[in-house]
Amino acid sequence: MAYRTAREAFMQGVRALIPLVPGVVPFGLLTGVMAINMGFSPGTTMGMTLLFYSGSAQIVALQLLHTGVVPLTIVVTALVINLRFIMYSASLAPYLHHLPRRWTWPLFYMLSDQSYALCSLKLSSGELGRFAHHYYAGTAVAMWLSWQLSVLAGIYLGASIPETWSLSFAIPLSFLALLVPGIRSAATLGAATVGGLLAVIAVDMPYNLGLVTASLGGVMAGLLIESIRKRPLSATLTPDVERETR
Amino acid sequence: MSDLALWGLFLAVGVGTFAMRLSFVELYGRLRIPSVLSRALLYVPASVLAALVLPAVVYPNGQGAFVLNNPQIPAAIIATWVAWQTRNTVLTLAVGMGGLWLFKYLGW
Repeated sequence: MAYRTAREAFMQGVRALIPLVPGVVPFGLLTGVMAINMGFSPGTTMGMTLLFYSGSAQIVALQLLHTGVVPLTIVVTALVINLRFIMYSASLAPYLHHLPRRWTWPLFYMLSDQSYALCSLKLSSGELGRFAHHYYAGTAVAMWLSWQLSVLAGIYLGASIPETWSLSFAIPLSFLALLVPGIRSAATLGAATVGGLLAVIAVDMPYNLGLVTASLGGVMAGLLIESIRKRPLSATLTPDVERETR
Repeated sequence: MSDLALWGLFLAVGVGTFAMRLSFVELYGRLRIPSVLSRALLYVPASVLAALVLPAVVYPNGQGAFVLNNPQIPAAIIATWVAWQTRNTVLTLAVGMGGLWLFKYLGW
């Protein structure tokens, strides 16, 4: 539906995001708790959270800092995980690029998986009318606040959690919770299987290159399976076409 | 790592991520993603996350030393099953951590 005022569109955006908050809070808490348990100060942790504004990249960076990986590898790994934002940017740009920079810079700093999921279809259909960017802003600001506040809450929880709880295991568990629901096809399953196995085999490679190698291997496995599963159809079609053209 | 290096790292990831988020807005009409690349990007999350999970579960003490009595392995298997069945983050974390404590208590 098209909104009559900017305020109404913004509030509808906020309302659309609220059901997604329970899925965000545990990751935020965990991020805050982990950073404090690794000896970061609350200020450093919030600085990292504000600069990254990307939960998976931040948890990954914390995990790699924990195992003592060289900084360059950490930067590359975090950026590889965030490559998906290029796709989101490409997909939203046609509807938002005309706005002045005082709008686009903050709005795209706050671009997240959640806002993208809520807005991409509605923006492309044009159903939001001329206040569409206010609706997007509502989802983006609500998501940003939920994330920052849950990390902050985690920082104050973190100080009171003892070592014997082996909370570092919560990091791979949170990756599992992100990974498993995302496996929707044989190709993604293949990418995950090959990526995971290669990482186990290549764990002793220097500079944590095992992670990069494994990730690339997994992506190639995904592409390979995707093209194999498409091939039977085209393989049966092409001989017929050739016969007919002869 | 020194404080300066740490903040340098945060800044590099922050600026890099912001640049990717803004890329197509600033370069609208001048940039296209090749289709192979956009298809490849679909498999990045699954591949990277699995490459992070499996070693962290299999090698509890960091670098490549495989130990048999590792309670993380059964706990992760149960958590995977819960994640697959429920797609619920909180439940996956709770069952995984609970499983780990239980297997530790039982002396796995």
